[in-house]
Amino acid sequence: MSKKRKIEIEEKPYRKPLVKKRKPNRSIAGDVALYIFLLLVAMIMVFPIVYAVNAALKPLDELFMFPPRVFAKNPTMDNFADLFVTMGKSWVTFSRYLFNTVFITVVGTAGHLIIASMGAFVLAKYEFPGAKTFFKLVTVAMMFSYYVTGIPNYILINKLGWIDTYWAIIIPAFASPIGFFLMKQFMEGLPTSLIEAAKIDGANEWKVFFQIVMPNVKPAWMTLIIFSVQGLWNNRASTYIYSEERKTLVFALQQIQAGGIARTGQGAAVLVVVMIVPILTFVFSESQILETMASSGLKD
Amino acid sequence: MKEQKDSYFKKYFQLRKHNAQVALKKMKVSKNCYIFLAPYAILFTMFNVFPVVASIYFSFTYYNVLESPRFIGLNNYISLILEDDIFLIGIKNTLIIAVVTGPLGYIMSFLFAWLINELPRWVRSVAVVVFYAPSIAANVFVIFSVFFRGDAYGYANAFLMNIGIIDTPIYWFTNPKYMLPICMVVILWMSLGQGFLSFVAGLQGVDRAQYEAGYMDGVRNRWQELWFITLPSMKPMLMFGAVMSITQAFGVCDVTMQLCGYPSTDYAARTIVTHLFDYGFTRFEMGYACAIATILFLMMILTNKAIQSLLRRVGT
Repeated sequence: MSKKRKIEIEEKPYRKPLVKKRKPNRSIAGDVALYIFLLLVAMIMVFPIVYAVNAALKPLDELFMFPPRVFAKNPTMDNFADLFVTMGKSWVTFSRYLFNTVFITVVGTAGHLIIASMGAFVLAKYEFPGAKTFFKLVTVAMMFSYYVTGIPNYILINKLGWIDTYWAIIIPAFASPIGFFLMKQFMEGLPTSLIEAAKIDGANEWKVFFQIVMPNVKPAWMTLIIFSVQGLWNNRASTYIYSEERKTLVFALQQIQAGGIARTGQGAAVLVVVMIVPILTFVFSESQILETMASSGLKD
Repeated sequence: MKEQKDSYFKKYFQLRKHNAQVALKKMKVSKNCYIFLAPYAILFTMFNVFPVVASIYFSFTYYNVLESPRFIGLNNYISLILEDDIFLIGIKNTLIIAVVTGPLGYIMSFLFAWLINELPRWVRSVAVVVFYAPSIAANVFVIFSVFFRGDAYGYANAFLMNIGIIDTPIYWFTNPKYMLPICMVVILWMSLGQGFLSFVAGLQGVDRAQYEAGYMDGVRNRWQELWFITLPSMKPMLMFGAVMSITQAFGVCDVTMQLCGYPSTDYAARTIVTHLFDYGFTRFEMGYACAIATILFLMMILTNKAIQSLLRRVGT
């Protein structure tokens, strides 16, 4: 009898406790204060974004209502439709701007991902003369912003004949130091035995890279992608590109906003189009990005 | 004596030769590594290393793209510092922005990452998105120009007039008194960027056993826990975050250019980068612009070095 009961107890499924065990050194008052504080700050942070989205959804009469209200009463998609309709008649259509930005972002990101991963792989997993020096250079390059190199870059791109082509934006994006840095740091966490085992099985360097290493660093892919997308999607590119039909979405956004009060709704709509892509990319890849960033530390 | 010296030299060169041979052999063995690294290395040299070197070179010349560069020594730097009032305004503004938003943004990034870390898992992932969104939705900050519109219909003006603090609307983006502070608020709003992500990830990676040991040793509250356990084990992330926020703080230009206009009233929102754009892409005085870039570059690198040596002392 007692033996049977014992078994019953053991077979009872393990259930997580509803209230998690609190850390011993936390006060309840502190926790409550913390939640309230975070909630307030979060509302401030998110307010402009919520406002922008709502402005894009407002019909014309609500946009100029006074006193203004944050949330749209009768949300419509008119502003988005207008983008394609009214700008469809203009010289360069809205869809063209959209295509330019998408093209630059996709090609730039894909190239950056492949080229930077190849370099990061050998730097993380092999030792050869010059490897350490090169990585030092990359970390130094992270320390100055892209504007510092703007003018020589312009001269260089001019000499290469890339002015007024997509390449003026795409090719420099391949060489972004931060993506390379993060990829290398993440790849260092990859077990060396994995690569050695593949080599013993007769795989060459390319095979190891494409079939062993790359599938194992997917979290780092996502991180590279989000940083690269963020940079390219928001690229104004007005210094490198003159032709209207090759200009980007952000440039169109500025044009529309400069169009004055009648374009307020459309301006808000473009704003939403511009911001939604990086945010969504981030939402869908958050956990992988955080996994990569865990190895982002800068050791010396 | 002389013979001895000669033999020293001989030995030295022998050693160097030997080292070089070893290196060469290593390079031959790792030929594949170079092939893998080559595409990135070439592009990186072209677009990150070469521009810095070229920038320093051009800064000593007069160069307007049409004619070939003409060497003029230090003249660019001399006229920048002694004659160019607007550049000095730019330096002043950049330093004000950097000194305020750099450390504050950095502390905010860490503080919020740390507070978020206390939340349960799913709340945490929502919170990360909310806090990080402003910095990736880069152009949303133009919405601030609606909040701070210069007429009575701008929200800030309407609010202040309703509660009776002011009776005429304030021209937020054309009155030099308000331009920089508002820009700084906007920059701070956007400052939870890559450093913040790095902190969030780093906090999750701190070894749990260390906290347990801390409880045993009598760590009483969350502040002690922060100082004695969390911060020391986060050092590499703190370094990374510092690099990111310094780079951002000195490179301010988008926010000021788009909110306050370009050029702004009385140059009150001019930063070093705006000045660089002005000379580089409007007046095509590339040599002069490169001198500006070189100064900015030096400022960024030196600040980074200083902050890194400061951070090395955390928790020791």
